[in-house]
Amino acid sequence: MSSLSHLQRLEAESIHILREVAGEFQRPVMLYSIGKDSSVMLRLAQKAFWPGPIPFPLLHVDTTYKFKEMITFRDEQAARLGLNLIVHRSRPAVEDGVQPFAVGTQRCCQLLKTGALLTALREGGYDAAIGGARRDEEKSRAKERIFSVRDTAGQWDPKNQRPELWNVFNARLKPGESIRVFPLSNWTELDIWQYIHVEQIPIVPLYFAKPRPMLVRGESLIPLEQPFVPVLPGERTEMVMCRMRSLGCSPCTGAIRSEADTLPKIIEEIISFRRSERENRVIDHDQDGSMEIKKREGYF
Amino acid sequence: MAALADRPVFDVDQFLAAEKHKDLLRFTTAGSVDDGKSTLIGRLLYDSQNVYEDHIKSIAKSTVNRSAGAIDLSLLTDGLRAEREQGITIDVAYRYFATHRRKFIIADTPGHEQYTRNMATGASTADLAIILIDARNGVQPQSRRHAYISALLGIPRLAIAVNKMDLVDFRQDVFDSIRREFSSVLGRLGVSGAWFVPISALTGDNVVKQSRTMGWFEGPALLEYLETVEMADGAETRPFRLPVQRVIRPHQDFRGYAGQVASGTVRAGETVTVFPSGRTTQVKSIESYDGPLAAATAGMSLVVTLEDETDISRGDLIAGAGHAPTLSRVFEAHAVWMSEQALDPAKPYLLRHASETVPARVSAIVHRVDINTLDHEGAATLPMNGIGLIRVETSRPIAFDPYRENRITGSAILIDPATNATAGALMIVREHAAASGPVTEAERAARYGHHPAAVFIGERPSLAELLERRLFNRGANVAVSAEPSLALERAGLLVIVTGGYEPSLPLSIDDETAVDEIVGWLEERGTLIGEQTVADGGGI
Repeated sequence: MSSLSHLQRLEAESIHILREVAGEFQRPVMLYSIGKDSSVMLRLAQKAFWPGPIPFPLLHVDTTYKFKEMITFRDEQAARLGLNLIVHRSRPAVEDGVQPFAVGTQRCCQLLKTGALLTALREGGYDAAIGGARRDEEKSRAKERIFSVRDTAGQWDPKNQRPELWNVFNARLKPGESIRVFPLSNWTELDIWQYIHVEQIPIVPLYFAKPRPMLVRGESLIPLEQPFVPVLPGERTEMVMCRMRSLGCSPCTGAIRSEADTLPKIIEEIISFRRSERENRVIDHDQDGSMEIKKREGYF
Repeated sequence: MAALADRPVFDVDQFLAAEKHKDLLRFTTAGSVDDGKSTLIGRLLYDSQNVYEDHIKSIAKSTVNRSAGAIDLSLLTDGLRAEREQGITIDVAYRYFATHRRKFIIADTPGHEQYTRNMATGASTADLAIILIDARNGVQPQSRRHAYISALLGIPRLAIAVNKMDLVDFRQDVFDSIRREFSSVLGRLGVSGAWFVPISALTGDNVVKQSRTMGWFEGPALLEYLETVEMADGAETRPFRLPVQRVIRPHQDFRGYAGQVASGTVRAGETVTVFPSGRTTQVKSIESYDGPLAAATAGMSLVVTLEDETDISRGDLIAGAGHAPTLSRVFEAHAVWMSEQALDPAKPYLLRHASETVPARVSAIVHRVDINTLDHEGAATLPMNGIGLIRVETSRPIAFDPYRENRITGSAILIDPATNATAGALMIVREHAAASGPVTEAERAARYGHHPAAVFIGERPSLAELLERRLFNRGANVAVSAEPSLALERAGLLVIVTGGYEPSLPLSIDDETAVDEIVGWLEERGTLIGEQTVADGGGI
């Protein structure tokens, strides 16, 4: 072990992983979800190939239900950094009016996220997709490899994973198989925020607290960007000082009450806050072991 | 986080300043289900207040509870559904926690013999191993196995936690006798400086807080040991090694070599040697996104530029002058076999080492280790989870260091090209002295990347020309002949026979398609060992 700090060690490891992807694959692509982890991953990719450009495109799977501020931020970033950004939408599903309150969250995710992602990867002919998932996010992620093979149907088999030793990665694939690579595997939520702070990385303003109109339901704060979010009797919209702890689709991402309007305040909040960040994401709780099931089906 | 909450006033700026210098300790835990390993990790996370409330809520809701207490702490670490159902940990799971002194990554691995490969995986990146021993049972064959694997994988530090002290009435004589017996086991393995602690993961004694019941134990609790143990392993003062991952060439005036420093330190102006070419030049500059650097040290990912525009590509190694790595194509290595298909010396493999990939074969199994008795025995193969010393021959020389000197340039994996499985983990011991006597078929095959063979294609000269070019371009030693030739085959060649013989396989009329069919057939039969060219990162 060297005398590097933990952030330096994590950064160096992630850069090593990104360079391995570029060295081992013909057509890699980086999944870009606009959130804080994607912002960190983007910075790491800039560092890995500097002074050259990032040698692969970025892919955003747009469910059309993302927050408007996310889309604005995405397009600004792409223009400012000269990124090769590809936006993919599941046209048939969007035209059919698929939305979580009509078809349920499981089916909605399956069609607009998992299905759309697999289609985009297949159409692009990508052999490796780089994602920003972290092992500390959810229990089933804790066992996923950094180089994680998907079968010809894009699915993950948790019982048949390749052993992964040292920093040596097995990138060999059979025709039709693909690989997901997770350079942020060993980062925690706190590491991500500290790195954003140290590196001054731009993030979507939704992460910072300010008064926003919210539908208050028990302890949940539901954003009202989409007209189909049902309002129950007695509920009304209130201006609430709040922020997003993680970013997904607006109907399925709750806000949290917060005064944290700067990075140090956010970090302070996270330290005092012993709730895992995905608790406000409805989709992880719709059945026991639900993330593992989604991942088996091909969800990131 | 626990320690942070204990401070009277939390100052985020102070916290962020302190965080900048906090280091990272990666440790692995070896032990069986019955040793209470998952409970220990659950206890470390829970008592240091690194568990989120909703995770505690979800395990409190769980219908599975293998513990006597209100919540089963072991459930905090058991990830996959199948494992929850079977009540065993079958894979490697990574856990993260922090205290005000250090950040930690735990590789939680199973301890049963059939999961030796998972243990080795967790151990490969660990700075420290915790070996659990059940106080009721004392030193078991599996404890020896765990110590052996930790030593084999070169984990710098060992902590021996004698668990379930509550079930032996917290007696000092039980702990002392286990310590004496296991110290002698470790001594025989050449491991020194192991630290012993008596604990109860169930009651929490000596895990996070010092035990009041075991006042006779003078050391700190396990967590305090993990927080304070000295981790410097001298990686920065060892010879400089930089495996080249990629050539960065954004424009005519810049050519940089990107990689992560495996060991040592280098400064601009210092002399380096590039392997395998052996050419010597000077470091012109050390570059990074954050600006030029005065020095590059172990662990950093960066870009170096060199004074001479030498021909360097992905897979090459830049080494400090003075202490050169070994450049050889025959070496001995300890192997942990990972594939369900046993090691087969007749089979071609691919060796992944640092940033290169090279066709290889296993030319001998020097011995196999019985991991319960640690005896050496003769063997023709290694089954899954088998450990042994093997001799490996690569088709071209690789630059390496012994594993005990360098965990990056001394390690490698073997990939089975038929299934792409990661078949074996290798820890290089030494170069094998140059072979003498007649050159063997295996040596030729390792050098050329294929076995000798005659391919009959019928009287099709244009196909012969196309096929010869294709095979030659991928590095094969190939010749076209109108007649079969034993002499050419003995020399290790692939012979394309064009005379009026029956073709070796049914062939399409179209030449291009027929070439694909023949190459596929040669690969399927194992004649072609693997692609000579792997995608390399040369230029952008």
